[in-house]
Amino acid sequence: MNKYPSWLNLLVLVILLAGCLLALPNIYGSVPAVQIANTDGTDYDEARLNEFVLAVEKLGATPEAAFLQDGRAVLRFATDTNLAPIGDGLKDRYGRVANVAQTLAPKLPEWVRDLGLSPMSLGLDLRGGVYVLLEVDMNTAIDTRMALYQQAFEDSLSDAKIRRRVDLNDRIITVRLTTSDDLEKAREVIQRSDADLLISDGSDGKSLSVRMSEMQIQARQDFAIEQNITTLRNRVDQLGVAEPLVQRQGLDRIVVQLPGVQDPNEINKILTATATLEFRLVDQSGTEPGSRRYPGRVGEQAQVLKRKVIASGDQIVDAAAGFSEGQPIVSIRLDSAGGESMLQTTMENLKKPMSTVFIETRREAVKVGGEIEYREIKTEEIINTATIQGIFKNNFQISGLSPGEAADLALLLRAGALAAPVFKIDERTIGPSLGQDNIDRGFNAIKIGFLAVILFMVVYYRAFGLIANVALFSNLVFIVAMLSVLQASLTLPGIAGIVLTVGMAVDANVLIFERIREELADGVSPQAAIHAGYEKALSSIADANVTTLIAAIVLFAVGTGPIKGFAITLMLGIMTSMFTAIVGTRAIVNLIFGGRKLTSVPI
Amino acid sequence: MRLIKEKTSIDFLGPTRRKVAISLSVLLVVVSLVSLATRGLEFGIDFTGGILLEVGYQQAADLEGIRGDLASEGYLNAQVQRFGADNVVLVRLPPQEGDVDQIRSRLQETLQADDSNTVLRRVEFVSPQVGSELAERGALAMVVALMMIFVYVMIRFQWKFSAGAVAALAHDAIVTVGFFSIFGLPFDLTVVAAVLAVIGYSLNDTVVAFDRIRENFFALRGMTAEEAMNISINEMLARTLITGMTTLLVLVALLVLGGESIGPFSIALIVGIIVGTYSSIYTASATALMLNVNAQDLIEPIKDPSLIDDLP
Repeated sequence: MNKYPSWLNLLVLVILLAGCLLALPNIYGSVPAVQIANTDGTDYDEARLNEFVLAVEKLGATPEAAFLQDGRAVLRFATDTNLAPIGDGLKDRYGRVANVAQTLAPKLPEWVRDLGLSPMSLGLDLRGGVYVLLEVDMNTAIDTRMALYQQAFEDSLSDAKIRRRVDLNDRIITVRLTTSDDLEKAREVIQRSDADLLISDGSDGKSLSVRMSEMQIQARQDFAIEQNITTLRNRVDQLGVAEPLVQRQGLDRIVVQLPGVQDPNEINKILTATATLEFRLVDQSGTEPGSRRYPGRVGEQAQVLKRKVIASGDQIVDAAAGFSEGQPIVSIRLDSAGGESMLQTTMENLKKPMSTVFIETRREAVKVGGEIEYREIKTEEIINTATIQGIFKNNFQISGLSPGEAADLALLLRAGALAAPVFKIDERTIGPSLGQDNIDRGFNAIKIGFLAVILFMVVYYRAFGLIANVALFSNLVFIVAMLSVLQASLTLPGIAGIVLTVGMAVDANVLIFERIREELADGVSPQAAIHAGYEKALSSIADANVTTLIAAIVLFAVGTGPIKGFAITLMLGIMTSMFTAIVGTRAIVNLIFGGRKLTSVPI
Repeated sequence: MRLIKEKTSIDFLGPTRRKVAISLSVLLVVVSLVSLATRGLEFGIDFTGGILLEVGYQQAADLEGIRGDLASEGYLNAQVQRFGADNVVLVRLPPQEGDVDQIRSRLQETLQADDSNTVLRRVEFVSPQVGSELAERGALAMVVALMMIFVYVMIRFQWKFSAGAVAALAHDAIVTVGFFSIFGLPFDLTVVAAVLAVIGYSLNDTVVAFDRIRENFFALRGMTAEEAMNISINEMLARTLITGMTTLLVLVALLVLGGESIGPFSIALIVGIIVGTYSSIYTASATALMLNVNAQDLIEPIKDPSLIDDLP
């Protein structure tokens, strides 16, 4: 009685060893490291890696280890290395083609790394960093799209020689024609520009109302979110943040997590910045339809600018800040469509003035009757007006900015514009010292709590308590192993979940051991009592754990942030503790006591 | 070693005791509800929106001075209090007008004016909109969890047990939240997580007791439901107390060592587990008894009636 078949013992042993192996990467600790990623997204090879190592050595530092990971180059240094000069040096040399990030890397031996193992990833509350929840302004995304349609209709109807007035109001474009004869022709022109648009006839027989279909609106919104995520990723990469997370949340939100960032000021400015440029011709007569007056920045004159945009920020494919004749400038390269438009315009308008308009949208909270409301503030100002001296196409320079602004603007233009403005609705910054504090305290609580429980178990259940403690310890190993494999972030509430699991995990063993004691008290023989204890406690253990698991799953599904972290470790803990308490301890008990003649049970 | 003697026969569910227990539970729930209605909860910025700063100073912080500095910058309604250590201060502000980035820089300058070595350990800006969403989701989580648990217990046992279990859980949740209201403790997202963990834990206890009750309903035929339940609770008493104790042990460790920010979470769990242990002994069983639970309720109906006809 009470013998496990040897395959089952072997299985338990294999699972235990696997758990130890997967948890192993966590014991090595972390050291400073530099991570280099190719800006075009392609993987680096050994040759490039060696080049980076040589570059670093030229800077007077020696990497402890250098290797490729997911196509990126990682150079690891000794604990007390000052990364700043190395990072800056690499940025100076490779900044245009590579994203260089200073980070911490686990000090794994090569064979562990080769197995593809990695330690648990720590949440922001443990390693420090910035968490930002952004809301994408969907209304603006639709409004700008409608404005583009309006301009497109103006242009194409004008090309078709149709006399008309095109107005945009409340997301409906109304095309008023001078004569009803043009109606069908106009409809065709509009339909040709986008077949999915909904066109309806006006009551007067010579006007058309055009609006976007639900499907188009949906598609536009999805596009805005996806485009924004790409742009945000680019911006974050350019800033040199290691392991950033940019993710869609729900319908219109984006989560950005930037581990290790200490000063949120700089990053925040860049993250939500909507700064972009538009190039327009100056309307010298000041009377052309659609022309509008734009204010000038300090030292710049206000101008009346033409409706038509020659090129805008989203057509800029590259931008770099620099100096020309002591003035900060931004060198700009346009895509082919933008370049074509610029070429046409400069050819036709030599010696005429053209303005560069700087556009920025911000959201400010204002109190309205005691309630906080948000108001959008759009700034459009002319930073520079110059006479077109020659014909140019894709490449040119703009001036009229401060050095800091030029650098930021170049970065923003490079990373791409946001398809719709984003606004911060939740921002949390955790300093690195608090993160370390949280780790120390959390692990201290686990240590002391764990010690208290194992001490109690040994005193209370003697030999069986010792066995339960082995199970409890392997339970911890399994939780760490699972967290490492899943790469789920460990947070402070997550640590609390582990602590709680340590307290609750012994429950299954308490149930079993108490049952064994009851059986013994009823005069059942030792071997039979052990057997009955495990058998009869099983349904209670299963029921009890399933119900707790339900609570944990609900927490995981509905919860956000800290609640999710807690739910993950709680769920993992429940599952691993069932295994260790039922199968794990049984295997040990069977090995020690099984098949022997027992006169008493040390319980 | 044993905490309690081998076989106890405490009359937990005798008519008078039951009345006392039910009165006590009702009293606790009523006091909690009254406090929640009148005093409400000290909601953290997770729910209200606003700004929170955890500031670390080089030496013991001068709270009055900090209040004065903030007031002179126009932040009149700032709550400033110590957070754990002498040199750590928590500043809370209601949602502010203006641009987040500008407010952050201004607060940072104000707080670092006297000593540039002052560090902002934590800065949180939560908009009221996000706050109310988080509150809704927290409440939703609790309701969904209770409903799913009701269904599970109904499938595994019977609806009278479900009613008992859910009564006990609602009791635990209300009293735990009520405790936070009565003592004016900060109520944040982690506390919601803790209350849900309490629901899970207390349920664990209740289900284990129900499991034994079911076993004894069959083993001890001829006994009244009350007697069978009493015996079951006595048999499980050692286990209930030991598990409660080991869990409390680790939670006290967490409360003492885990740091300030995890404090409310630990308190919620400690209160909840004490209340939950009590409720799984009394509230759950007493409710089931009030609903006249008996052995018949647990006899499984024949799953497929057509099987009977096919028998020779």
